[in-house]
Amino acid sequence: MDWTFENDRPIWLQLYEQLTLRIVTGQYPMGGKMPTVRELAAEAGVNPNTMQRALAYLEDQGLATSNRTAGRLVTDDRDKIQAVRMELARTCMDAYLQGMKVLGFTEAEARVLLTEGESEWKKI
Amino acid sequence: MEENLIVCQGLSKHFGLKRALDQVDLTIGRGRIVGLLGPNGSGKTTWIKVLCGLLQPTKGTVTIDGHQPDTHTKAMISYLPDRMYFADWMAAGDLLDYFADFYPDFDRQKAESMCMSLGIHKKDRIKTMSKGTKEKLQLAVVMSRKAQLYLLDEPIAGVDPAARDYILNTILTNYNPQGTVIISTHLISDVEKVLDEVVFLKNGQIVCHDTVDHLRETQGKSVDALFRDVFRMTPNETAQGGTEVWDD
Repeated sequence: MDWTFENDRPIWLQLYEQLTLRIVTGQYPMGGKMPTVRELAAEAGVNPNTMQRALAYLEDQGLATSNRTAGRLVTDDRDKIQAVRMELARTCMDAYLQGMKVLGFTEAEARVLLTEGESEWKKI
Repeated sequence: MEENLIVCQGLSKHFGLKRALDQVDLTIGRGRIVGLLGPNGSGKTTWIKVLCGLLQPTKGTVTIDGHQPDTHTKAMISYLPDRMYFADWMAAGDLLDYFADFYPDFDRQKAESMCMSLGIHKKDRIKTMSKGTKEKLQLAVVMSRKAQLYLLDEPIAGVDPAARDYILNTILTNYNPQGTVIISTHLISDVEKVLDEVVFLKNGQIVCHDTVDHLRETQGKSVDALFRDVFRMTPNETAQGGTEVWDD
């Protein structure tokens, strides 16, 4: 997964979102060690202070913990990760329904279309 | 060690009637990467030269780590000028020798490995290098010092986008966390995500000094877009804004 940034929002917030995605998808495994601030900053091509802010927020949200000896670890709270995953799923659903609304579909039609589209799923 | 690395108070530099710097009050802390942004002729290079001690302020004061620009501050500043000042006859290796002799904080090994990544060889003569390669070499030696303050005047303007990424990455991974990097440029979109804070200069005055993320949060747009707004020129304004009259 590459780091990408939109122009109209703070960079630290976008870093936080992308770090969260990496935790939810298991790219940073549960309970595992995370790369250091410097490593992450260099990888994303951003300022270390900005990355630090994103990581601090990640800790505030309970997705990571700082340990003096082991460095920064991904949380081992399975429920927490699952809850965040569901939250992100809901955001995706909202975006889908919103898009369909703009195209003039009713919610019921949107849901039916989604079920019919299932065959496409396997190709993704 | 002073808490603020750079403190300017009422700093002015006049060239005849032109006010290159006009009452600049500015404080910059440690461990920051600062973008010095402004249109051509807004005073960026003048400010950097005053910090280096290459120009004397007309009025006001500037201190770096509590000292006025002197031999002490010169030893802690690594300066990348806006033009090449090395002797043409030198080869890249000679330049590294030269820096190693001059600066105790020069890390030769680092400079060599950077030159290698940038495709510059020891025996390459500066005379035969392209403009962009010269700039890369110059930046490699400047970033290989372990300085407190890096003053980089237009470090990426002349190099290709791939080398730009490499250079920005070099700045990110090599700067001293206790030190500060000041990058003057107008290629804002390229450097924006690397910066902590930005300083906008206009006609020698500071019009904005804020962190990148705070600006994005409050303005809802990138620093690049904000810059275009702040410095937008309409043909009319430019005509009125000029102080000199062509016919004279």
